[in-house]
Amino acid sequence: MPEPREIELTINGERRAGRCEPRTTLVDFLRETCALTGTHVGCEHGVCGACTVLLDGAPVRSCLMFAVQAAGARLTTVEGLAPPGEMNDLQRAFQEHHALQCGFCTPGILTTMTALLADNPTPTREDVRRALSGNICRCTGYEPIVQAVLDCARGRAGRAG
Amino acid sequence: MKPAPFDHVAPATLEEALALLVEHGENAKVLAGGQSLVPVMALRLATPAWLIDLNRIASLAGIRQLDTGELAIGALTRHAAVERSELVARANPLLASAMPWVAHTAIRNRGTVGGSLVHADPAAELPAVCLACDATLVAQSVRGRRAIAAAAFFRGMFETALGADELLVEIRFPAWPDGRRHGFIEIARRHGDFAICGIAATVERDRAGRVGDARVVAFGVVDRPVRLAAVERALAGTDGGEDALRSAAGAAADGLTPRADHHASAEYRSELLPVLARRALAQALTPRRR
Ligand SMILES: Cc1cc2nc3c(=O)[nH]c(=O)nc-3n(C[C@H](O)[C@H](O)[C@H](O)COP(=O)(O)OP(=O)(O)OC[C@H]3O[C@@H](n4cnc5c(N)ncnc54)[C@H](O)[C@@H]3O)c2cc1C
Ligand code: FES
Ligand code: FES
Repeated sequence: MPEPREIELTINGERRAGRCEPRTTLVDFLRETCALTGTHVGCEHGVCGACTVLLDGAPVRSCLMFAVQAAGARLTTVEGLAPPGEMNDLQRAFQEHHALQCGFCTPGILTTMTALLADNPTPTREDVRRALSGNICRCTGYEPIVQAVLDCARGRAGRAG
Repeated sequence: MKPAPFDHVAPATLEEALALLVEHGENAKVLAGGQSLVPVMALRLATPAWLIDLNRIASLAGIRQLDTGELAIGALTRHAAVERSELVARANPLLASAMPWVAHTAIRNRGTVGGSLVHADPAAELPAVCLACDATLVAQSVRGRRAIAAAAFFRGMFETALGADELLVEIRFPAWPDGRRHGFIEIARRHGDFAICGIAATVERDRAGRVGDARVVAFGVVDRPVRLAAVERALAGTDGGEDALRSAAGAAADGLTPRADHHASAEYRSELLPVLARRALAQALTPRRR
């Protein structure tokens, strides 16, 4: 068996260290070693999007990276979107629009949409749908998710303007 | 965690990576973006003992234009970097228009151009673009460097001309002539999924408006991207008008035996070919306001 490795990285602004086998995926490292179970794991082959986290600000599949590859990286998971026990405006918009039912897909969708809004603060409906194309939700039918994201973007533009 | 145990090594230079490839031979796999390899390992269709991770080799990533006008893209360049590149938009508009069709944002943030070409999925966009543009794929091993024409690189389903000790290091696209136009279209069940059928096309016209060189490449249809020679021939020398285009596109399925899979039947692919060929050519031949 290959030797386990020690890795260090920054997750949600905090330095974290841990041991992992080379074959440990990043999502398993987050959930099992770091006890950050907000990031969900569904298909484990890149298709469902539930495991999406932000790697240096960009959304990536944490089931398609090995933890050893994230050494030194700066990660944001769903737990890092707002202070513990609180929700940010995007999360509140999801709540208001019923953009989740079982919530399994939600962490991956929130991180994906966080990156979309950082990149494109005033997305069109079509922009949101495109950005959402890599995340599967079996409950909501997507419409409330699109509404929540557009509503959050409008709210931010309103507060800025 | 689903992959079988393996050891991970991330060399800092191309030379080290090439030496490791020789040392571990059959027991090693090269890891680029991991967006195709990791799923394959999760399904245990691949169980390498070693992963040679290219991600620390900075010299393998980057986009530049050579003095010859060629566009050179390092194999490790991420799809997202190509998608956002202004140089690519200018130097190869066909490639630029294909990028948003490659998977989803999160996949494009990790997946690399080289990984997509070496993986050689018959439904992938980038192999088709390389074929349409006569791109050159530059391979390197401890034995040296060689250039492989795109037309000779793709050998079949997930099969390429790359040797076991070779890495793909760079992709070169010939300079894009003034006046060349392009079209790109595909059908998939969901945006970002692999294409059921797609067309990448380029068309050049002379001063009188006659069609000269035309390239029409289909992907997702057989075991590798293919040029639709009958369509290209039928189009050459015409005025490129709607009638010429419709009649040329009608030959799109000639001589092809499309594959059938759980996404679509062979018959459906045969029906899509002429329709998508016509639409892609219409994109290329419709005068653009600039
Ligand atoms: C959900 C999902 C949807 C997708 N949809 C599409 C799509 O619509 N269109 C599409 O084209 N792709 C799609 N992909 C695949 C994606 O584009 C991958 O990025 C690409 O196929 C492989 O690139 P990679 O860098 O991730 O390579 P890896 O997965 O790291 O490697 C792939 C293969 O190439 C080899 N390899 C990689 N780089 C080199 C090199 N420089 N030299 C020699 N060998 C090398 C590896 O050993 C491996 O065998 C999808 C992937 C997922 C998970
Ligand atoms: S668990 Fe990673 S994409 Fe499904
Ligand atoms: S809320 Fe259940 S999968 Fe999306």
